[in-house]
Amino acid sequence: MEKYSINVIPNNSESSRKRMTSLPIRQTVNLISIFILLFSISLQAQTKTIEVCSSCKVKTIKEGVTLAKNGDTILVKKGIYKETQIFINKTIHLIGEDYPIIDAENKTDSVFAIKADNFSISGFKFKNIGISYTKEIAAVFVSHSNNFTIKDNILEDVFYGFIIQRSKYGVIQNNKIIGQAKSEASSGNGVHVWKCEKLRIEQNTISGMRDGIYLEFVNNSFVSNNTSKGNIRYGLHFMFSNNNEYHHNEFKNNGAGVAVMFSKFIKMHHNTFHYNWGTASYGLLLKEINDAEIHDNVFEQNTTGINIDGCNRINYKNNHFIRNGWALKFTGGCYTNIFEFNNFMHNAFDLSYNSRLNDNKFEANYWSEYTGYDIDKNGIGDVPFRPVKLFSYIVNKTPETLVLLRSLFVEIINFSEKVSPIFTPDNLMDVKPLMKPINPLD
Amino acid sequence: MLKILKYSIYDLLRSRWSYVYFIFYLLIGFVLLFLNNDINKAVITLMNIIIVLTPLIGTIFGVMYYYNSKEFTELLLAQPIKRNKIFMGQYIGISLSLTLSLVLGLGIPFVLYGLFRSTAIFDFSLLILVGSFLNFIFVALAYNIALSTENKIKGFGYAILMWLFLAVIYDGLFMISLMLFNEYPLDNFSLIATMFNPIDLSRILILLKLDISALLGYTGAVFKDFFGTNKGFFLSFLVLCLWIIIPLFRMSRKLRKKDF
Repeated sequence: MEKYSINVIPNNSESSRKRMTSLPIRQTVNLISIFILLFSISLQAQTKTIEVCSSCKVKTIKEGVTLAKNGDTILVKKGIYKETQIFINKTIHLIGEDYPIIDAENKTDSVFAIKADNFSISGFKFKNIGISYTKEIAAVFVSHSNNFTIKDNILEDVFYGFIIQRSKYGVIQNNKIIGQAKSEASSGNGVHVWKCEKLRIEQNTISGMRDGIYLEFVNNSFVSNNTSKGNIRYGLHFMFSNNNEYHHNEFKNNGAGVAVMFSKFIKMHHNTFHYNWGTASYGLLLKEINDAEIHDNVFEQNTTGINIDGCNRINYKNNHFIRNGWALKFTGGCYTNIFEFNNFMHNAFDLSYNSRLNDNKFEANYWSEYTGYDIDKNGIGDVPFRPVKLFSYIVNKTPETLVLLRSLFVEIINFSEKVSPIFTPDNLMDVKPLMKPINPLD
Repeated sequence: MLKILKYSIYDLLRSRWSYVYFIFYLLIGFVLLFLNNDINKAVITLMNIIIVLTPLIGTIFGVMYYYNSKEFTELLLAQPIKRNKIFMGQYIGISLSLTLSLVLGLGIPFVLYGLFRSTAIFDFSLLILVGSFLNFIFVALAYNIALSTENKIKGFGYAILMWLFLAVIYDGLFMISLMLFNEYPLDNFSLIATMFNPIDLSRILILLKLDISALLGYTGAVFKDFFGTNKGFFLSFLVLCLWIIIPLFRMSRKLRKKDF
């Protein structure tokens, strides 16, 4: 069945533009808005909906796409569609009804390859995208596109979920991506974004991929409310991406946690990093990050809460580090970082620091290992706290000594170093340690 | 031998020290579980206690018992009983009663807090097993020291020194050698060095079973490759057995020549 509607208002943009030039500005604006309104109504009115199903006139999605014109909607009914290589270069809206299944039958081709503006894809279930060692194959492959929406899709056993290249103003929302990644070489990323700007990636659930979300050369974008778990490499991976913000995400059980590398001006807040546990795992790996804001995150039970490598001018505030192996691990030169009002609770090591020079500020944090007192009862401990233990200093020099973890000898040397610091940096201390945790979690 | 064993156990059960020991463990167990209701976490804390205290108590108890019952032992020696049997009986008696205190003292609170329903049951049993081994090892070592030293004070001194060496100084030397020979591959060295100290061996055995082992990094992976396999596991228990057998062997040789 096809629905055609009638073009009600003729499109006379030429004559209106001529008139506009002679009018005052306010009227011009009014006219333009009316014009845009009318134009958009006329556009909508022009479009048609093409239905695709096994008993319809149009039986395959590919056929539907060929028939469609700019602005048309393709409504795909429930069923199984064994199709790949559907090329789209026009503004169309693909809507799946009751999650029609697109089965790629492990062919090494992407299902949708899109190069168009203002398109949208929603409500599909993609299955069995083939694995290739030479090509990037995704359920949806988008390039050179603006203003697109990809939402409410389910992807199962995919090589790459979505690949987005050289695009702007896209929304990737509420998708569910489930992979079966076995090794890094033979698997792809859930959402793979390259050279894009101003995207919104939100409310997606991604598991079992290589990287949950991968962003390279992506600027001014938002990643929020996603759940990324059980991926074999990183839950979220930033490379060379500046001015981004990610918040309210959950990263759980990933091979190595979350990696943010070579990026500037990134805001990370209200995220949960937990159970990234393994010999080479991190909650969050920061490599060459400058001028970032990290606040209100929870790091729980990671081998290393945050691994900080060559990062400068980062403000850490209101974060919770709970039961990690190392809460913070500094490697490489890190300068002018500020740690304020964080909770460090029951970590095997609160801090591992690699040099004797300290240019970072630790102030007013809560340390569960703090044993000082507070005579004037102002909530601030009267004795400074030194978060670097001698053993963590030794382990930094000779990692093999870690086999002595929890030996009585280690406790003794830690204690003696605490009493009179010799090896650990003199000025690396919290001079105002808090007596009570900030905003205690349940 | 059985009679003597029975006698020493009765003797120890009558003395208040094994009760003190039992109550001590009972208290530790209850307090630990009261402070954090999580059995898994309690097992980790317990590891520290077992690894440090069990050897210490075993050592002191062994030496003390030997010197205390010396007169009675001499009386027994006048009877037609083999020397070996008398001392073996005493040795097993002490070790068993200490182990009993340990197992019951820690077992009761943990069972009451739902050990059987928890996933920590394997870790806990390993902990108790290792603790029992440490009891047997350190009582044997203590008996050796006591047999070789007539002077009570000296005997105590040596025993404490032995504990101090194995619990603390050994690890210090171990750490220093690891730091000095940093440039060399040290995996096998650290494996072997661990084997030579029963306390270290027990610590590593338990650590590797807990998920904290992920912290151990590369060396931890090497250790896990070794101890994680059945072969490594049995080998380490064999070494623990050797730590009992060799002191006992020396004890029986010493006994043959000793002039009481």
